[in-house]
Amino acid sequence: MLFKNKFNFITILWVLILLFSTTISYSLSEQFKGKIYKTGMLKPIDSVIKLKVGDEAPDFTLPSVSGEKISLGQFRCKKNVVISFVPAAWTPVCSDQWPGYNIAKDFFDKHDAILIGITVDNIPTLYSWTSEMGTLWFPVLSDFWPHGAVAERYGVLRSDGVSERALFVIDKKGIIRYIDVHDINQRPKLEVLVKELEKLAD
Amino acid sequence: MKRFIFLIIFSFFIFCSQSLFAVECPSEDGAFPETNLAIPQKAFDKDYLGIKGEGSFKLSDINARVVILEIFSMYCPYCQKEAPIVNELYQIINNRQDIKDKIKIIGIGAGNTPFEVEVFREQYNVPFPLFSDESFSIHKAVGDVRTPYFFVFRINPDGSNKIIYSKAGSFQDPNQFLDLIIKKSGL
Repeated sequence: MLFKNKFNFITILWVLILLFSTTISYSLSEQFKGKIYKTGMLKPIDSVIKLKVGDEAPDFTLPSVSGEKISLGQFRCKKNVVISFVPAAWTPVCSDQWPGYNIAKDFFDKHDAILIGITVDNIPTLYSWTSEMGTLWFPVLSDFWPHGAVAERYGVLRSDGVSERALFVIDKKGIIRYIDVHDINQRPKLEVLVKELEKLAD
Repeated sequence: MKRFIFLIIFSFFIFCSQSLFAVECPSEDGAFPETNLAIPQKAFDKDYLGIKGEGSFKLSDINARVVILEIFSMYCPYCQKEAPIVNELYQIINNRQDIKDKIKIIGIGAGNTPFEVEVFREQYNVPFPLFSDESFSIHKAVGDVRTPYFFVFRINPDGSNKIIYSKAGSFQDPNQFLDLIIKKSGL
């Protein structure tokens, strides 16, 4: 009865969206003040994973904010690698994810791992955004052109051209040991990643 | 006609839902919502707060006349920058015999797991008790404030409280901030 016509259905949908949009919590840092774009609640995952644990991680070379080009392959046999894809600069959850990793360097050092941050933004945008986070100890790479090519190869490029919020742990042999394509609206817990790093020693 | 009534009912529903969820930030002269926190494991923290046993305690149980409550996040760069300044405030208070038992500081980690709170504590050697608010429930109850956010409230003899400072961002100079608190609380 109520749903008899499209109009009513859309109204109900709209009400539900309004209801839920008011309950999202980000605990945004005062650092970013009004500079963060409010994305609202997004579809948790919007891509199809192409890799699985045990696969060899596809190699890539991307430009970093500091100017040098960085390849995954250069860490082969030297370091374990954690790749953190975040959807885009200046969006709510991401802006508060890497600053956390920035004070968790000890966990990475302890397990002989380095962190690589990747987004699909271009270098100038990444430069401005990461400057707000203070000095980051890990490289931030731009997967801007060809747009999202690395995210696409890892199966974490969403239909609107941003990447998922995803973590890949890759061991010194270049083998993927952990994949977390996370709900884009939420920040992965640090302890889960730390436990995965601990497992690398086994 | 039916459609018209339907719209009115739902407009009302929208209105209600927003006033239900969009919690106002407790402002000065208001009260900080009564909150239950887990009793800390560390003996030092228990002594500092004047709380014994296990389980949970209420903010009004804290053995102090004035509580400085910081909403922070391990993931927030501004909170990271502020951490040494808050530690300095703690030391200044701790060195003043006349007020050290009257003003206490606690931190609430918005959306942080206990593990993440611990990372923050260790990174900055935070000397006062920090609590996890993993589900954002306290953060929501105080209006989804930006971090760091500082509340200062006076605990009344009847257990109620009155906020005397409520502001986002750094409090800048710890000595001036302490003077302001002493003046506003009438200590």
